[in-house]
Amino acid sequence: MKSMSRTSWITLAGMAALLILPPLFLWSGNEFYLQLATRLVILAIAAVSLNLVLGYGGLVSFGHAAYIGIGAYAVGIPAYHETYGGFDSIASYDGLFHVALAVGISALFALVTGAISLRTKGVYFIMITMAFGQMAYYLFFSINEYGGDDGLVIDVRSEVPGLNLDNPLQLYLLSYVALVAAMLIVRTIINSRFGMVIKGAKGNNDRLVGLGYNTYLYRLAAYVISGAMAGFAGALLGNFTTFISPEMMGWTRSGELMFMVILGGAATTFGPVLGAVIFILLEEILSSYTIFWQLPFGLILIGVVLFARGGLMGFLTTKWRKP
Amino acid sequence: MKRLLISAAIAALITAPAFAAEVKIGFVTTLTTGAAVIGKDIQKAVNLAVEQMGGKMGPLDINLIYADDGFKPETGKQATDKLVKQDKVDFVAGYIWSNVLLASRKSVLDAGKFLITANAGPGPIAGKLCNKNLFSSSWQNDETPMAMGEVLNQNGVKSLYIIAPNYAAGKGMVAGVKRTFKGEIKGTDMTTWPTQLDFSAELAKAKASGADGLFVFYPGKAGGAFMKQYQQAGLKDSLPLYTVFTVDALSLPKFQAANFTDVLGSQFTQQWDPTLDNPQNKRFVSEFRAKYGSYPSFYAAQAYDAMFLIRSAVEAVNGDLTNMDGMRTAMESANYPSVRGKYTYGNNHMPIQNYYLRQVVKDSDGNWTTKVVKTVFKNHQDSYAKDCSL
Amino acid sequence: MDYTLLFVQTLNGLQLGLLLFLVASGLTLVFGILNFVNLAHGSIYMIGAFIGASLTLWLGNFLIAVVIALPIIGLVGYAIEKFVARRLYEKDHLDHVLGTFGLILVLDTLAHLIWGPEGISVPLPGWLDGQVELFAGVVVPTYRLLIITAGLSVAGGLVWLVNYTRLGMLIRAGASNRTMVSALGIDIQLLFALVFALGAMLAGLAGMLITPITEASIGMGGQIIITAFVVIIIGGIGSMKGAFIAAILVGMIDTLGRAYLADIFALVMSPSAAETSAPSVSSMLIYILMAAILAVRPQGLFPPKARP
Repeated sequence: MKSMSRTSWITLAGMAALLILPPLFLWSGNEFYLQLATRLVILAIAAVSLNLVLGYGGLVSFGHAAYIGIGAYAVGIPAYHETYGGFDSIASYDGLFHVALAVGISALFALVTGAISLRTKGVYFIMITMAFGQMAYYLFFSINEYGGDDGLVIDVRSEVPGLNLDNPLQLYLLSYVALVAAMLIVRTIINSRFGMVIKGAKGNNDRLVGLGYNTYLYRLAAYVISGAMAGFAGALLGNFTTFISPEMMGWTRSGELMFMVILGGAATTFGPVLGAVIFILLEEILSSYTIFWQLPFGLILIGVVLFARGGLMGFLTTKWRKP
Repeated sequence: MKRLLISAAIAALITAPAFAAEVKIGFVTTLTTGAAVIGKDIQKAVNLAVEQMGGKMGPLDINLIYADDGFKPETGKQATDKLVKQDKVDFVAGYIWSNVLLASRKSVLDAGKFLITANAGPGPIAGKLCNKNLFSSSWQNDETPMAMGEVLNQNGVKSLYIIAPNYAAGKGMVAGVKRTFKGEIKGTDMTTWPTQLDFSAELAKAKASGADGLFVFYPGKAGGAFMKQYQQAGLKDSLPLYTVFTVDALSLPKFQAANFTDVLGSQFTQQWDPTLDNPQNKRFVSEFRAKYGSYPSFYAAQAYDAMFLIRSAVEAVNGDLTNMDGMRTAMESANYPSVRGKYTYGNNHMPIQNYYLRQVVKDSDGNWTTKVVKTVFKNHQDSYAKDCSL
Repeated sequence: MDYTLLFVQTLNGLQLGLLLFLVASGLTLVFGILNFVNLAHGSIYMIGAFIGASLTLWLGNFLIAVVIALPIIGLVGYAIEKFVARRLYEKDHLDHVLGTFGLILVLDTLAHLIWGPEGISVPLPGWLDGQVELFAGVVVPTYRLLIITAGLSVAGGLVWLVNYTRLGMLIRAGASNRTMVSALGIDIQLLFALVFALGAMLAGLAGMLITPITEASIGMGGQIIITAFVVIIIGGIGSMKGAFIAAILVGMIDTLGRAYLADIFALVMSPSAAETSAPSVSSMLIYILMAAILAVRPQGLFPPKARP
């Protein structure tokens, strides 16, 4: 129980720091660091959603960047048509509509691809999810109307009642609240009976099937929830960068999301957030020293896989636990 | 993690705004991936320019910050954001790739800074997206292939097959050559960019089409790959090749090392050539060669010009960087020594300049380089200028 | 229909397929026997290309350079196995993916540091640089025929190695029963290292063979590795026969897609829309194929029979 409370303490302290520090950056005239924090928090939402299937469910999805891309295009495409005309049925600046579209299409994509992917196991699952991610990548790549691989500039951010997303602080706080909500959703799911089945199927799928659970359907539901949440993160990311390109959906981006989860600690509430924080900071710090930053970055990645079982959360909680 | 964040916060709080007498120039280019070879050449030219200026523009010290776009629009935009928001630069220059420029332009222009593109020239920025603070030291994408289309007409080429990559600049190049070429287009292949480097299927189609000539646009390493496969397919006599931005001073030494003689004599169009006869160009080419041992590429020439264009603006206002209008007026007059010779700016801040036909030859030392064959267009203006509201 | 063109395009597809097979065979060998997912296989392909290209410029002869470069890339593979891969075998596939993802970053940056960003072009010997007229009207580059020949020879060599040699027997035994192989007094760690080195040589050979067509360049591995994975997934991971058939299939679909998809699309849409959408859809074709095959056969076309 002692390590439990450590975990909670780290989680609360970390979340408090994320709430307090970024506004300070803005007020001290360092808007760039607020932007960095915004990107970080949005990617953390995606990592939290990936953690639901990867960490708790043991389903290694290598295509989660696709949902971020779908979510971002769900902001960009309606805004594009509202500005330049055409496709009236979806043309809109309305943020709620964007989110509904982002979550809806992502869930649908997760449902269809999940239904096929979940029939496979192990490395086949890793690779087929990657293949679906690449399909989404090439799909947007091929649509000239939305810029193809040049990407799409979002001229106008989503209009959300009571908020102005052009204000960087408001956008940050919205992302922060969304992150807290995502963490609570995943936590609630995991502690429910549904979550027990998901976790149980990771350990011993056959036993649960023997007990009469249709684990395929449970997993599919978790996969859809995870995809929808990542799609929501994508809608935020589109509003943040005001630019989307298929590049955001490439397999290396999916790999980075996986790394965030593993780095911070899979199957923990705060791990993916911590992983995203460290990932973005490492990238930022290393790349400011050398254009060859990927060399130390890669070595750290290998080191984490080889030596840091349980990620940083595991490291922090076990180290502090009294023998 | 927390300590890191806290120290970052403290560092952020105590960083005082810089008010040293300097002009900050952010230069966005490609420093990683295989395309870094272009970025490296650009860096050489920019460093040479700064050296020749004695590190000063008017009364101000030059503070030059390079940023890597990683050959990706999103990374380029992030790098641009950092230059504008964190480094608080006065000018953002560079941009090799049209898609990176399109993604990044808003970050610079919304912050009210000057944006100098030293290569990329997609149609929209010359037309409906033109901006009072956006200048080009290069060209609009369509113009160079338009010049090539004119060359094809002059050479009596009756039909053409086109192969180009499927991205903004590729589409612009195809649109450009189609605009001036009067003969028949037998077919157009747009290939996946930047991953596709094997053009066997496209070359076989081009050959089967029976066209008189083949027009291609492949910048960077794809250009080298294309030229080799063209030679291996043995099409030199049956399907003469006409290129833009495919053979350059970066690929020629590699071709020479590989003794790849089909390239000798090949022709392409451009707004600049190392042999252009003006004092600034002679100085640039000779000092570049003395310092780095190779001919500068057109990328290098344009980046070099961008630095002198910026200097002309800073000098015109005597270092008062708050005088945006003064600097803008100065740049609009293009009153600086350009390596391409004197040119003017159109309403959309794109150069109105000459385009030449260049040919690959051996210089007196046996190095492979280029010379000017003839002038194709005199004082040519791009076709998007009329859409620009400036 | 222009049958000459179709024939040439089929040859192009075959050549691409065989090149893919060289990469995929190493991947499937390593996966089938060591149960190891190696994303960095593409980086080995890139390093092979660079070593081959450097040696070609140094020695002045492409073929001699390839012969010398092969054992070198084998050693590189051996070193990667010894220092990184070996420590990952016991972990799960997720760790393999992440660890080798890190390895990609390291190897690509190292290549940038060693060879610079320029990339290297290599010349071919004169007799390889020309064209061959197979029969009237069908002229193909000689070098492409060499790739086809090399690919088929390697495929034959692998069949012989796996089915008729002692090493092959051990490899097959190692895949299905590790303890038994160890009990026979065979150093299984050495066996695994040799398999890894063999895989590296196959990938390196592919990299060397592609260099005269394109060039050795940073990041070339990231493009081929995903396609190679698609190949072995379609074929059934661990199956050499599956890798071969799937590689040819993927090579054909990719090439013929590039060659004919625009014409097919032009039947139902405007020519300019067909021109621009066809290349992207043809790059999607292989993923569609993979998804379709896995939907019907979740273990690929030729799933290996026994797994440890």
